[in-house]
Amino acid sequence: MAELMYREALNQALAEEMERDAQVFLIGEEVGRYQGAFKVSQGLLDKFGSARIIDAPISELGFTGLGVGAAMVGLRPVVEMMTWNFAILAMDQIVNNAAKLRHMSGGQLRCPIVFRGPGGAGGRLSSQHSQALESTYAHFPGLKVIAPATPADAKGMLKAAIRDDNPVVMFEGERLYALKGEVPEGEHIVPLGKADVKREGKDVTIITWSRMYYFCMEAAEQLAKEGISAEVLDLRTLARMASSSRGRSVRRSRISTEMPSASSCLAASSQK
Amino acid sequence: MASAYSKDLLLTMYRKMYLMRRFEERTQQQYGLGKIAGFCHLYIGQEAVAVGINEAIRPDDYMLSGYRDHAQPLARGSHPGMIMAELFGRTGGYSKGKGGSMHVFDIEHHFYGGYGIVGGQIPLAAGMAFASRYRNEDRITVCYFGDAAANQGAFHETFNMAAKWKLPVLYVCENNRYGMGTAIARVSAEPEIHKRGAAYNMRHEAVDGMDALKMYEAVKDAAAYIRAGKGPVLMEANTYRFRGHSVVDPATYRSKDEVEEERKNDPIPRLMHYALNKKLAKEADFEAIEAEVKAQVDEAVKFADESPEPALDELWRDTIVEEGEPDVRPRERVLGAKVDKWPSYPSGKELKVTWDLEPRAQADKADKAAGLKG
Repeated sequence: MAELMYREALNQALAEEMERDAQVFLIGEEVGRYQGAFKVSQGLLDKFGSARIIDAPISELGFTGLGVGAAMVGLRPVVEMMTWNFAILAMDQIVNNAAKLRHMSGGQLRCPIVFRGPGGAGGRLSSQHSQALESTYAHFPGLKVIAPATPADAKGMLKAAIRDDNPVVMFEGERLYALKGEVPEGEHIVPLGKADVKREGKDVTIITWSRMYYFCMEAAEQLAKEGISAEVLDLRTLARMASSSRGRSVRRSRISTEMPSASSCLAASSQK
Repeated sequence: MASAYSKDLLLTMYRKMYLMRRFEERTQQQYGLGKIAGFCHLYIGQEAVAVGINEAIRPDDYMLSGYRDHAQPLARGSHPGMIMAELFGRTGGYSKGKGGSMHVFDIEHHFYGGYGIVGGQIPLAAGMAFASRYRNEDRITVCYFGDAAANQGAFHETFNMAAKWKLPVLYVCENNRYGMGTAIARVSAEPEIHKRGAAYNMRHEAVDGMDALKMYEAVKDAAAYIRAGKGPVLMEANTYRFRGHSVVDPATYRSKDEVEEERKNDPIPRLMHYALNKKLAKEADFEAIEAEVKAQVDEAVKFADESPEPALDELWRDTIVEEGEPDVRPRERVLGAKVDKWPSYPSGKELKVTWDLEPRAQADKADKAAGLKG
């Protein structure tokens, strides 16, 4: 198995899915000639051309809506948000259109689209560039929300998201892009909606996602030294969980603590 | 002078406009009876716009609209009873009653919905047009929006992209002069909306939206231009709604005289007089159409009345597409009809994308002009 950076794993997923399906295209700011603000789309413009790797103007609402419209008639867009902070400008298109098309058309339309980009705490970026917004999107019916922590999950979940027939909101870890991990080559799919017990334990369950997973694993190590066996459950999917793995794990240990990377007000942790 | 139009075209247009008018009048009546609730916006007065556009484009061209959206699908050939049932919130509606007045969707007739956030459909239309260009189809997208939508960011952001990438889309601003109760001139530095197209190097023009034939001519020409790959067009259809913003709006912000004056331009008698003057049709032709349409609208109300209320568990259905779940074809679901015109596209394996959206030489030149590269 190859060891790849988180950003390289995402790049591999994009390249493989675009190779497999000509309906997939990527649109966003700096994704083409600049090779991606975080280099996730490195090399893709040369490989797939300018109709499939599209440098958008700084018009988050506009190009996000353009992606939604293309998905309504069968294309499979991937819309890159340079960061999720900027996507607040695009929220109307994600929430009022993408999420609701299936419902308000009474099942006539589907919207196979992925909105992806970095979120979570940044480094010395102050108030506007350092937010964990995933729980906001988890609130809306019609969206799947994912936040992988490891390079392997990043690749497998992005591939699954692109093949999904629903709008998927994907939070990548802004400070995870350079992190390395083993990533299976080729057809590696991680189904959406399934949490992953990354460490087994019997006394307490720590529920986490994205970058906080690494801190939770450290905490579990610390607890082990103190004689407490902690389970670490990586949710990976925050909205539309297919199984009740969170409930099962918590029932086993009866105590849970959740670790969102920002404000806990209205976080996924406060949801049923 | 002889007419450039056939009797068939004129009577088809008349029939459709008359259907829209009677349908909307009955909608208002049914609202008063409490069978329709929620926000409900009538098209009365604006019929020439929808019919002129529809007759000038292809049935497989995409279309989408704002929330004043009952009439455009009627022009496309949607089932009036199923639209009325949708307004009633019944299962026999196009969206099983979950869309209601503001969200009519009839994909079989390439009508991709009404949208309730002002201007929210403008970027969608660019995306649909993008898809046609991406697949090398010669289909165009027609997007309706109101004058007030022209002050939304979505309008400006989208026009910039649509023009820069020459997307095959016709944007029709139905300027009925009021965004709800606010006159467009009160809140717009440039109330002639079409002029804003100039800022994006986009073809733009104003049309008399109270004249079905002028709309028809203008759209024929614009559609040919767009289909030829020359880029998007912004068309401002100057029109007027004879009723309030919605059925509950008494429209006290405008004078009775103004409304009376505008009623003289009623597009429906205007088309009839044209056909009579040109001796292309007789009064009996119109009388026959009116009788047929009245019966059709009676039938639509009856259909909606008889359609069942949705079950409570429908509420959460259609939020997420489950794996392998097909799309719902409304006429098949409701009427048991065979639907064979459902949109279909080449698979991701068959599709060959040949479009070079931004040729490298062009990008290099722009970079060089900006002093970025030697």
